[in-house]
Amino acid sequence: MKYRSVSDIIGPIMIGPSSSHTAGAARIGANARSLFGKQPSHVKIIFYGSFAKTYKGHGTDVAIIAGLLGCDTFDPRIVEAYELAKEHNLQIEIIESEMHAPHPNTARIEMTDGTSNLEVVGISIGGGVIEIIEINGFPLKISGESPTLIIIHEERYGAIASVATMLANNQINIGHMEVSRKERGKEALMVIEVDQRIDNQLIEDLSKLDHVITITKMGV
Amino acid sequence: MLFKNVAELVKLADENNCRISEIMVRQEIDVTGLTREEIYSRMEKNLQIMESAVIRGLEGVKSRSGLTGGAAVLIKEYIKKGKTLSGEGILDAVSKAVATNEVNAAMGTICATPTAGSAGTVPGVLFAAKDILNPTREQMVEFLFTAGAFGLVVANNASISGAAGGCQAEVGTAAGMASAALVEMAGGTPQQSADAMAITLKNMLGLVCDPVAGLVEVPCVKRNAAGASNAMISADMALAGVTSRIPCDEVIDAMYRIGRAMPASLRETAEGGLASTPTAKKLEEQIFGKKKK
Repeated sequence: MKYRSVSDIIGPIMIGPSSSHTAGAARIGANARSLFGKQPSHVKIIFYGSFAKTYKGHGTDVAIIAGLLGCDTFDPRIVEAYELAKEHNLQIEIIESEMHAPHPNTARIEMTDGTSNLEVVGISIGGGVIEIIEINGFPLKISGESPTLIIIHEERYGAIASVATMLANNQINIGHMEVSRKERGKEALMVIEVDQRIDNQLIEDLSKLDHVITITKMGV
Repeated sequence: MLFKNVAELVKLADENNCRISEIMVRQEIDVTGLTREEIYSRMEKNLQIMESAVIRGLEGVKSRSGLTGGAAVLIKEYIKKGKTLSGEGILDAVSKAVATNEVNAAMGTICATPTAGSAGTVPGVLFAAKDILNPTREQMVEFLFTAGAFGLVVANNASISGAAGGCQAEVGTAAGMASAALVEMAGGTPQQSADAMAITLKNMLGLVCDPVAGLVEVPCVKRNAAGASNAMISADMALAGVTSRIPCDEVIDAMYRIGRAMPASLRETAEGGLASTPTAKKLEEQIFGKKKK
């Protein structure tokens, strides 16, 4: 079940004109920023499929940029995102790809701030609902059926245990968990699906754990 | 999840002797962990946004491209003259649906139901029903929960994305949701709601997504007018006792299969259908200048 809440169907409240190409795009941008953990200084946005063909008419570009700058789907500043990007010293490069993508509404976002880089692929599946399907080349498998934590962390012993312990102390049960890394001792990724709601305080506490670089909550 | 399809939804409402909106609220409590009050107040906020968009559109807006805007005002004035062919109720729904989508095209604030391109259909029907059935504010909120329940089934079993399933998945779904909720508001049974949804959706099967210049304007705004009127007619038919020979869930599955069979040119790529007519090409050039390619 990709759609769980009635607010996926009645909602979101948003600036027009398209829930998938505008509101969904803003959410992909916001998720990318949250995964990066800070505002990038340069971003390359690659559009595929319907996104590549129609992004100008739908404001997909302005929506993703506004999302990267922290705007929600109903923020009227979406309309002036290019000006907003200038004010925040965010450089933007947009590329229309002819390559085949897994979903007609796919965007790849490559972010950098001079010191670190992150690459995120998001798809907008309809009605403003999105999925992040790839982070730094790691394919993500998120069922979307439960609240999900995506944690980028330094690969050290104890990193996984400290996250799991804090979840246990808050009586949160892990339903599914995946860990992956590119190279030993470098950055790694934890994707944790849990059975209970996760409040903002817990996210805050988790983000302060040793070795945790960024933490993002997705899903219901 | 309490229900996976329309049959289960109807059965649950019948067994619990309650309305479909109530099943949706119970499931929402279960899924989100929020309280009943929080869930109602969030939906009430959606209702407020819908109402503001209708009001704004009926005052007159214009999109940046200049392709749409002002039609809602014309219809409103026409109704005032007192002599209509399709009846005041339907035209009222049409004017309010068009009003919402004109606001959407002008990058105004709307509530996606289930999408932005189809955002006018449900409010169009709801605010027309407001003048016919005189519901309380709470009943109007419940209308949205019922509409949402049917929309959830389509979203999970088929699609609500034009890029994946064509316009039938967007305005078709919206119209089906609106007709089912309208039946409930008018006092019909859960099964009659399902029949209204099935009849509406059957009449919108095959509708492609072919936006001129890739903008959510032509033909999207007027498709919402068609969606709203379709919803009103099907609701009346269901309340009259007309049933759908093909059960609602099978109609939804047919819609899914039709969407899968649609070529990409007719799924929100602005490369086929109305989008590839000579006039559409000329408009596209006027709006964006010469094509990049």
